[in-house]
Amino acid sequence: MTPPQRRRRHPKEEAPDPPAPESPHVQEGAEGADEEGEGKSKNPERLYVLTGGGEGGDRAELDLVTLVVARADASPPVAQPEQSALLRLCQAPLSVAELSAYLNLPFSVVTVLLTEMLAAELVHARAPIVRSALPDRSLLEAVMHGLQKL
Amino acid sequence: MDFKSSDTITGPRAEDHLPHTAQAAVKIVIVGGFGVGKTTMVGSVSEIKPLTTEETMTQAGIGVDDNYGSESKTATTVAMDFGRISITDQLVLYLFGTPGQERFWFLWNGLFEGALGAVVLIDTRRLEVSFDVIGRLEERGVPFVVAINDFPDAPGYPIEDLRTALDLPEEIPIVKCDARRRASSRDTLMTLMRFLHSLAITSAPV
Repeated sequence: MTPPQRRRRHPKEEAPDPPAPESPHVQEGAEGADEEGEGKSKNPERLYVLTGGGEGGDRAELDLVTLVVARADASPPVAQPEQSALLRLCQAPLSVAELSAYLNLPFSVVTVLLTEMLAAELVHARAPIVRSALPDRSLLEAVMHGLQKL
Repeated sequence: MDFKSSDTITGPRAEDHLPHTAQAAVKIVIVGGFGVGKTTMVGSVSEIKPLTTEETMTQAGIGVDDNYGSESKTATTVAMDFGRISITDQLVLYLFGTPGQERFWFLWNGLFEGALGAVVLIDTRRLEVSFDVIGRLEERGVPFVVAINDFPDAPGYPIEDLRTALDLPEEIPIVKCDARRRASSRDTLMTLMRFLHSLAITSAPV
């Protein structure tokens, strides 16, 4: 019995760098969304409204595993219910992925909401540790020790 | 809307929050074909009930097939199941499983780039569904190990036959596992971590 054989992909088949996730809400306006979306996405208008129009358009470098926590002194009148919900959720630290899951909102929408909240100094973001060219051995060892305790 | 109520939001329970000492997080991605047990593996080691996050991808006709060269854009929702393991009071490990259409995972910017590494979960009854994923991990330079999810009725190929079939070099670990079992899933993750550690040692000046 012989398993099927993988054939290495030819270099020319390599996909180009993927485009950034398309986010209707960071576009300049509804007209732009029409150009890009052409009715393919389900409800760009709602997401556009949800993120307050995305003025500025800059997103903080938020990873799926960036830990977000509300600032202790953050007790502002927050305009959007989604931001109020985010603030309530991250009274103790949670990752952006968890916030996205609990709010049932796409990752990119949550990052836009959080970017506004970071700018308004409502929340702190604790940067993730990403793999670098030279992995940190002590970090790897810490993870191994943690797994061994499972 | 009454914001004091959490009726409209599911969870998190108090124990689902991280301690305030949590400072940083790392992630590992578990990839493989549909139904191979990725979410099972995430769930078997996670300290939280696995959650799902999603992202809407729009891609401009990126083709893996030659006849897929149109410029038309298509929107696809990519969902990720994930779980969490608290490593220390400060450090948290997240495990992401990737259900569904595998070629879209790689459009999720930062998912693989920031990950420590990946586990390729394989069902030997459908070995070929992993070929594309392995190729893409190689192209992106994401370190990975291969775990054979040991289904009872799956062909029991010797590991070395699988290594040949998958065209993998000697140094890449291939292990068997039972994704339903916590200890087995943990051992698979340990295999990945030891592999990453060996890479760090060989690539770093001592």
